[in-house]
Amino acid sequence: MAASSVAASELLQNMNKHISILYPKASYVIRRISTSRQRSDSQPQLRVKSAPQQLVGVVGLEVHAQINSNTKLFSGSSVRFSAPPNSLVSPFDASLPGTLPVLNTRCVEAAVMTALALNCTINRTSLFDRKHYFYADLPAGYQITQQRRPIAVDGFLDYSFLGGKKRNQVIKRTVSIKQIQLEQDSGKSLHDDLRSQTLIDLNRAGVGLMELVMEPDMSCGEEAAAAVGELQRILQTLGTCQGNMSEGQLRVDANVSVHEPGEPLGIRTEVKNINSIRYLAKAIDYEIQRQIAVLQRGGTVQSQTRAFDSKSGETVPMRDKEGLQDYRFMPEPNLPPLIVYEDNASLPTGIDACQVVVVQAIREALPELPAVKRERLVQTYGLLPEHSLTLVNEDGLVEYFEEVLKATKKEPRKVIGWVTKELVGHLKQQDMSVSQSPIAPSALAELLELQETGHISSSAARRVFQEMWRSPGKTALQIIREQDLGLVSDTAQLHNICQEVLDSHPDEVNAIRGGNKKVLNKLMGLVQRETKGRADPVLVRKIIQEKTS
Amino acid sequence: MLSLTIREVSLALREGRISPTELCRKCLNRIKKTQHLNAYITVTEELALKQAQEAETRLLQGTPRGPLDGIPFAVKDNFCTENIKTTCASRMLKDYTPPFNATVVQKLFDQGAVLMGKVNMDEFAMGSGSTDGVFGPVRNPWSYSASYREQTEATPDSDWVITGGSSGGSAAAVASLTSYLALGSDTGGSTRNPGALCGVVGLKPTYGLLSRHGLIPLVNSMDVPGIITRSVSDAAIVLGILQGLDIKDSTTIPAASSLTELPEQFDVKNLCVGIPKEYHAPGLSEETVAQWSRVADMFERAGAWVKQVSLPHTQYSIVCYHVLCSTEVASNMARFDGLEYGHRSEVDSSTEAMYASSRHEGFNDVVRGRILSGNYFLLKQNYEHYFVKAQQVRRLIAEDFKHVFSSGVDVLLTPTTLTDAACYSGFTQEDNRTRSTQEDVFTQPVNMAGLPAVSVPTALSRRGLPIGLQLIGPALQDWKLLSVAQWMEQRVGFPSISDYGDSSRNDTGRSKRERTSAV
Repeated sequence: MAASSVAASELLQNMNKHISILYPKASYVIRRISTSRQRSDSQPQLRVKSAPQQLVGVVGLEVHAQINSNTKLFSGSSVRFSAPPNSLVSPFDASLPGTLPVLNTRCVEAAVMTALALNCTINRTSLFDRKHYFYADLPAGYQITQQRRPIAVDGFLDYSFLGGKKRNQVIKRTVSIKQIQLEQDSGKSLHDDLRSQTLIDLNRAGVGLMELVMEPDMSCGEEAAAAVGELQRILQTLGTCQGNMSEGQLRVDANVSVHEPGEPLGIRTEVKNINSIRYLAKAIDYEIQRQIAVLQRGGTVQSQTRAFDSKSGETVPMRDKEGLQDYRFMPEPNLPPLIVYEDNASLPTGIDACQVVVVQAIREALPELPAVKRERLVQTYGLLPEHSLTLVNEDGLVEYFEEVLKATKKEPRKVIGWVTKELVGHLKQQDMSVSQSPIAPSALAELLELQETGHISSSAARRVFQEMWRSPGKTALQIIREQDLGLVSDTAQLHNICQEVLDSHPDEVNAIRGGNKKVLNKLMGLVQRETKGRADPVLVRKIIQEKTS
Repeated sequence: MLSLTIREVSLALREGRISPTELCRKCLNRIKKTQHLNAYITVTEELALKQAQEAETRLLQGTPRGPLDGIPFAVKDNFCTENIKTTCASRMLKDYTPPFNATVVQKLFDQGAVLMGKVNMDEFAMGSGSTDGVFGPVRNPWSYSASYREQTEATPDSDWVITGGSSGGSAAAVASLTSYLALGSDTGGSTRNPGALCGVVGLKPTYGLLSRHGLIPLVNSMDVPGIITRSVSDAAIVLGILQGLDIKDSTTIPAASSLTELPEQFDVKNLCVGIPKEYHAPGLSEETVAQWSRVADMFERAGAWVKQVSLPHTQYSIVCYHVLCSTEVASNMARFDGLEYGHRSEVDSSTEAMYASSRHEGFNDVVRGRILSGNYFLLKQNYEHYFVKAQQVRRLIAEDFKHVFSSGVDVLLTPTTLTDAACYSGFTQEDNRTRSTQEDVFTQPVNMAGLPAVSVPTALSRRGLPIGLQLIGPALQDWKLLSVAQWMEQRVGFPSISDYGDSSRNDTGRSKRERTSAV
């Protein structure tokens, strides 16, 4: 139900235009019932003085991943984000009477591929069911899903994140995947409060979803965020889901409860309306703290559905329908059981391998998964695991890193810092992706090459990097020339500067002469300050050593 | 000409004895004359004449598309027809026009058949009398036949009899000679029942043999498009055209036979005909029993082996059918919320209020009652007790048939209905549910098992009304079943309605002329 921010009146206009093509006499404008969300009057007390000692959070996740396919799960309509409202709607999607579902094999393949990557058992036979509820953006009055027997069960996802005090320690975790089921997406409702209307866009209605249920094996927002991040990378690597949370391609609901370790799980709440990984972590941590506060006040946690409000960073109760809802599940009578075959040998005679889903073929076509890629980076380039984690976590960063390596003689271990710290630091600051970087891999390689060959010092290189970031298009060499950042290796000039520094610091000179060689570094720093970091450090050390010996 | 079979009229068209446009006009006139039957909801006069004209061009060029080119047909109003209203005889869809054709309709169009119109039914096919539609009840053409009037001294305007249902409009259209074939639908007997009561052939093919794409569903797991014709051989021609895989319906199966014609001579010698003892049900009329024995004897005399068999779970079938029917109805009807299409109430205080009043106003109490009970059966606390149990019993019923057929039985011979057609005034004394329970008793077990079955008109009752018998075959044995049915048809000597006078009011003279021209 995530509404996009398109002006409702504009949508209304567009929509009427499109509706008139499909249903000449119909209009999709219906009256709004009520505002779905009411603020709870009693906001939880969050400033708990004494840190909770025994209560810990328990987090399970339900992830809806939109299948990356050209057409919908049961109809031939195209799938496209932000197409004009109601422009991608077939008679089946609008649930016109007499239409029947026809399963899209590509969606089944995507689910099988995802299931294999998540170490699941594939059910050779799975079934479809109808889940009934009335909602304006669910035109059939039921959703076709897999309640009794999903396509895959019993998998797990290994994930890791940087923890520890310095956030440089790789922490490894595993979460169990209970099941993966195929189901239809709903349409979108756009509530126009001003006119008290709800507008319905059915473009999304019937798009294929994989629902992944992750067991409550996580304990905090950071773990959940890392697990979803790893899932996102796997899905993107497989190409089974584009994984963009803000476009709703990946939707995560969190089931959160707290308990004392060893005790049964507490009453859980379900947190919805989370549209980024960062908010996922925030929402979960807020919810854990809220529940702890409720319990410490002597209260009880209510079983309810809550929405995350990204503005306030809080979770608020949603209109509660879960308690009363009976989905009246029943088998979908229009779809035969979904059968997938292990290999070509197990195909019944007369069946064309192109028209069915063969697990073996999909397994063989699996691409390199993120975990394997990280291991390869460590092995190939001698990187630290935490570096490989950062590299693989950013979309396109591995490729960027390997491009830089191709164009420089600098050792990978010396290049990695530039990529994971300088580049990623700058990208993060401006919320940019690797592909948007103003500094191309070749430009960075050129800069590093200049440093490697002694044209500039490392501190000057950092300044050049910043300048390159600010003025894309300028080469490192141009900037060095313009700003005169080249290494000063004029011996006479350096002799003069060194002499001035030594003259104004007699105590330090005495200390060096007395055998405290460490003080030499301080004097070198002062010389660099005078030269704005451009002095050739090797030469400066030599001069000072001479003059203090 | 109008009382001919498809086979006969097709030949007449090819030989130029009549042109498709002439034939079409005759049928259109006849529809006007028989308007009191209330068989048609929509008459597609303009389209029919256009299609007839096109067929005429093809026939003149000597390139007809097949045996149905230029043949007038009618379609039950629960099959989607592109740009033609499809109402399901419900207020909910009173003004609904689908953007596509049902596969079976498209196949008939592709053959050059000429659509006369959409025919009447019980609302959403829920009923067994064709008395419960928003456009009013359908009258059985035999109500106006000399045979009925003479035998019972009835006055047709008050003592007319029902057609049976829910495909009553389809049966009436074929029996009243306004169409040579009609599509019905059969979920619990809806094609065979009116077929029997209107004296026409009603075929329910094996589940999955005909596409349901575009058939507005009653019970998806039992619905089959039905074929109503004046002869078994006509039904076979239509079956040959309509059968087969449809990519738009995932439950379709490939046709077991590519035959289009039945064998002229079929030998029933050594054929094993089963008589299920459980079908001697309470309420079965003496006359029907007599016809049942007559035909059984006929088979025996011809060398068939007639034996009594048992389908022990038959008695549980109707209850089980009602549970399964209601649950699927509850689910299928959920889409009618007045948003995208269909009736929308004026009440707009909230979305829920709008849903509720649209559905209340749009559906009759039969439909609402089934929705209510279906949702009750599907509730979490009831699911195991009702739905799962009914599914299990359904399996037992299907296995009853399997056992019988695997014991060497080729076909089962049973009555189609308990009695001949009831008077409307008498029929409506009971509510729809009670009526369905009585009327579907012999027909719905077949739908539970997905088997092919055909009702063949057998004789006229003492009231001068048709009695039909049903033949049931094993799955996918539709062609063998029809061969047996044809053998039976050739021997029972069922009279044509035109032999008993016209079913149009106060116009017996005209019917005589028709008869003459038909010879």
